[in-house]
Amino acid sequence: MDMVLVAEPKQVVAPGEVLAEGDHLLGDNAYRIGTKIFSACVGILEVDGNRVFVVPLKGGYFPRVGDLVAGRIVDIGLSGWLVDIRAPYEAMLPASETPGPRGPRRRDLSTSYEVGDMVLAEVLAFDRTRDPLLTVKGPGLGKVASGRVVEISAAKIPRLIGRKGSMISMLKKETDCQITVGQNGVVMVWGKSPESERVAVEAIYMVEREAHTRGLTDRIRELISRSRVVEQVAGTQTA
Amino acid sequence: MNKLPEPKQPEKLIDDKGLRIDGRRLDELRPIKLEVGLLDKADGSAYIEQGKNKILVAVYGPREAHPKHIAMPERAVIRCRYHMAPFSVDERKNPAPSRREMELSKVIRESLEPVVLTDLYPRTTIDLFIEVLQSDGGSRCAGITAASLALADAGIPMKEMVAACAVGKIEGKLALDLSDAEDKYGEADIPVALVPNAGLVTLLQMDGHLTLSEFEQGFTMALEACKTLHAMQREVLKKKYATMKEAAEEREEAEVVA
Amino acid sequence: MSATPQLPPVAKLEQKTVVDLVSKGKRIDERGPESYRPIQIQVGLIEKANGSAQVHLGKSKVLAGIKVQTGTPFPDTPDEGVLTVNAELVPLASPSFEAGPPSEAAIEISRVVDRGIRESKAIDMKSLVLQKGKTVQVVYVDIYVLDHDGNLIDAASMAALAALVNSKVAKMEVKGDEVINKGGHHQLPLNNYPVAVTFAKVDRTIIVDPSLEEEQVMTARLTVTIDKNGDICAMQKGGLYGFTPDEVRKVVHMAVGKAAENRARIMAAAKG
Repeated sequence: MDMVLVAEPKQVVAPGEVLAEGDHLLGDNAYRIGTKIFSACVGILEVDGNRVFVVPLKGGYFPRVGDLVAGRIVDIGLSGWLVDIRAPYEAMLPASETPGPRGPRRRDLSTSYEVGDMVLAEVLAFDRTRDPLLTVKGPGLGKVASGRVVEISAAKIPRLIGRKGSMISMLKKETDCQITVGQNGVVMVWGKSPESERVAVEAIYMVEREAHTRGLTDRIRELISRSRVVEQVAGTQTA
Repeated sequence: MNKLPEPKQPEKLIDDKGLRIDGRRLDELRPIKLEVGLLDKADGSAYIEQGKNKILVAVYGPREAHPKHIAMPERAVIRCRYHMAPFSVDERKNPAPSRREMELSKVIRESLEPVVLTDLYPRTTIDLFIEVLQSDGGSRCAGITAASLALADAGIPMKEMVAACAVGKIEGKLALDLSDAEDKYGEADIPVALVPNAGLVTLLQMDGHLTLSEFEQGFTMALEACKTLHAMQREVLKKKYATMKEAAEEREEAEVVA
Repeated sequence: MSATPQLPPVAKLEQKTVVDLVSKGKRIDERGPESYRPIQIQVGLIEKANGSAQVHLGKSKVLAGIKVQTGTPFPDTPDEGVLTVNAELVPLASPSFEAGPPSEAAIEISRVVDRGIRESKAIDMKSLVLQKGKTVQVVYVDIYVLDHDGNLIDAASMAALAALVNSKVAKMEVKGDEVINKGGHHQLPLNNYPVAVTFAKVDRTIIVDPSLEEEQVMTARLTVTIDKNGDICAMQKGGLYGFTPDEVRKVVHMAVGKAAENRARIMAAAKG
């Protein structure tokens, strides 16, 4: 049977818009009625071989097992902490999933993490029947003591990371900052100076705004180098 | 002191040239303005002006269900609140929810339930807040049209958007998109919501007096208007998201040239 | 705020049985898709009310009482009486009804029945005026659901109409500045007799008068209220799904005949 694309790839499509007709494979956010394939959200139409899918332009974070997430402690319970990971579900970090001796008693829990703390964690378990379970047992996981917290749309994280990590590597190198990207749209930035952190933050917001445009990598590089020039000028003036 | 004129019953709803009090023909929609993504804190938002109607819709969700007992294990619960601002009508309306607002909250929710892919978010709620800032007839339909945009703006997966419009009977003639005065002094009102691809009517109410043949004609007229509104919704939504792309590309081209 | 209602506590297996039967043109109580359950109507049971009627629609039971009292008109209609319709889903009628302010279901029933009576001009509102702008008769239609086995809208509509037909109103007279009870009664004058007919969509089949089990598996419902001339005076779609335009047209046509049948039953019971 003929496979025809009705909408243009890389263009914005709306919910209910006809994407294609035929035997295409259905990817994310595409559904079929009869021979027609429709979009289920507002996003960019992508075609990969004969697979049709829509990359959403908006939308919150939907947890997946194995994801690295950055979240905020919002409550202390009997056996663990409740963590806001900017998802439709509140996550739970059980005390048993923190490193160290087993079985801390309740008043010891608050010495590990307090309400308001940021933590880097991994999604250990999640399915339709229960809220996500987190763990901080693992390299680089645990309480975040410093740095800047940047919240962007989770839908833009793949673009922030880039193909084979190209975008995020470039950002780290050019801004000279440590950047940890949570799949849930929360990004942690540590720089040697508040200035370099600020540049990194600005660059991250620019990626969010312009994720689906051409030439973004070059524009980001340009932004960073321009900021560096300003920094240098400001530096010489105050010196 | 600025004294607003007291609204009076108009002498005629249709003049000798067949035009209505606001100058429209019988089959004409009121001027419509649609905007999407205008609120900062809401997950999705939309605004509609249809004639003198001014309605703002915000969507929050999917989010954790609070209280937990309202959650459903297999799907998201949709909650909808249709509310009129006290200053939205001629005589100040008490802000407490009226029976009419409760009924409209229900029928509006039921008009949107069929399109939202609620199975993807079990145990959550998707909350829709429809605030009528100024009301001039047909606010439930305008509210549905805007609410669909707000849901799409929130990135909530849905089969397609729902558009709604009412048809009424004034001075014996069927008329599209009644204003408040026309509804008040007219003989019938049929609000309709349509899901175009699926060909499904998800809101249908009627009050007044219509023969079966008048209903048939009016119903068909309303369905056509819904299709027109649906095309407008789609255009507004795509334009909003496409402009981000275009603006960045324009800048890039400018830099290349310079 | 209106929220998606919790699913009824019915086993999936039972639901499947109902759906399968309906798709084959049968129903669990062996009715055809276009048949109502047995209807029984009794009037005049509440002597203290101006009029009353009890309707048994299958196992659903609804009692309507009419009270007519003097009161003040609304400021924007000084030359008209007042009609108010209120339905209550009292807790004794169903394990799912709770005490408290009216739920959206109760409000919907009230407003749909109200629309039927008001828009069909069943009651001549101008005839209820005693002193223009000052004293009018207020007709209270109170609908009490006593047992919920589905299709409360139709049961309520029939009970309200039968109760109105049954209603006697005190003869009032205006002497100078006062309104006094002249003594004696006359029938409440009615000009129309609206009857609501509700259809449910179960999978792809349309059935009339859904029982509670059928309501629990239906995807959508459509109520059409028809007046004595076969014209439409109210419509209300409910449920989480929808109807195709052709289904709507089919339902509207079917409603006319069904309304006439039920109207005849009501008139026979109320006048006999």
